Amino acid sequence: MDQFAVKVFVRLRPSVLDPAGEATKSASIKLGAEGIKSLRIGKMIEVKIEGNGENEVRGKIDLLCDRLFANTVIEDYEYSLEKL
Amino acid sequence: MDNFTVGVVVFPGSNCDRDVSWALEGCLDIRTKYLWHESSDLSDVDAIVLPGGFSYGDYLRCGAIARFSPLINALDEFVKSGKKVLGICNGFQILTESGFLPGALVANKNLNFICDDVELDIVSSKGGWFNNVDEKQTIKLPIAHGEGRYHCDSDTLKKLVDNELIALRYKNNPNGSSFDIAGITNEKGNVLGLMPHPERACDETIGGTDGLFTLKSLILK
Repeated sequence: MDQFAVKVFVRLRPSVLDPAGEATKSASIKLGAEGIKSLRIGKMIEVKIEGNGENEVRGKIDLLCDRLFANTVIEDYEYSLEKL
Repeated sequence: MDNFTVGVVVFPGSNCDRDVSWALEGCLDIRTKYLWHESSDLSDVDAIVLPGGFSYGDYLRCGAIARFSPLINALDEFVKSGKKVLGICNGFQILTESGFLPGALVANKNLNFICDDVELDIVSSKGGWFNNVDEKQTIKLPIAHGEGRYHCDSDTLKKLVDNELIALRYKNNPNGSSFDIAGITNEKGNVLGLMPHPERACDETIGGTDGLFTLKSLILK
């Protein structure tokens, strides 16, 4: 069995308003940061997972992302995978 | 309707389950039974309420974890049989997360947790949820939520409008919901999800009785 470290990024779809991102953008500008054009908040989920090769693990992660980690009505996801 | 029993689902973190039971038993004389989320036996209930609260601490997304409980797995057959399911607030979020209703509920536009009474237009009585309102087309119910902004894509919204699946709309949209949507039904009409809390408006002494209409609909054919 191979072990993989997976980092999943879940982001609100561009069409979905992100009020928390807007509030953080506003605070960033108050802090004095200049030039911020857009700021959106997402989630990063780290998973360590075993499987027989990368393809099998990708299948498991795809299922997790599609059914649990992200709600694809409002969110997109992508992930990176590193063999340990 | 003597033996008609409404199942009130209890998740870890539900906090309106007792209010719903109180409103049904005490105000409407409808028998209730608490259903623990790990139960999948729905054979002795005739309708189900998914109450408000913070199931599983709202971890990941509101309703996202509750979706995987044995009870929600068993709900598919129950819904297909035509029996009624009412999701209130967190219950509505669970129904969208689990695909029984389209769209999603996301953080309020102003990021505030809003606790207020709101006026609502009854747009559709599909499924018979509001048929007993008589001529009253506007009702007032309390809301209490941080993630109640209904969101869906334009195709879904068109489908909701064309098929008369929008049950309730806010008169003064408090949270930024698409098309002022406060409650929707599935295509068959037997599943209703709404952000307002009808169980908190069942007695004049606590601010109104407009919630009685919706809860009473549970026992109507």
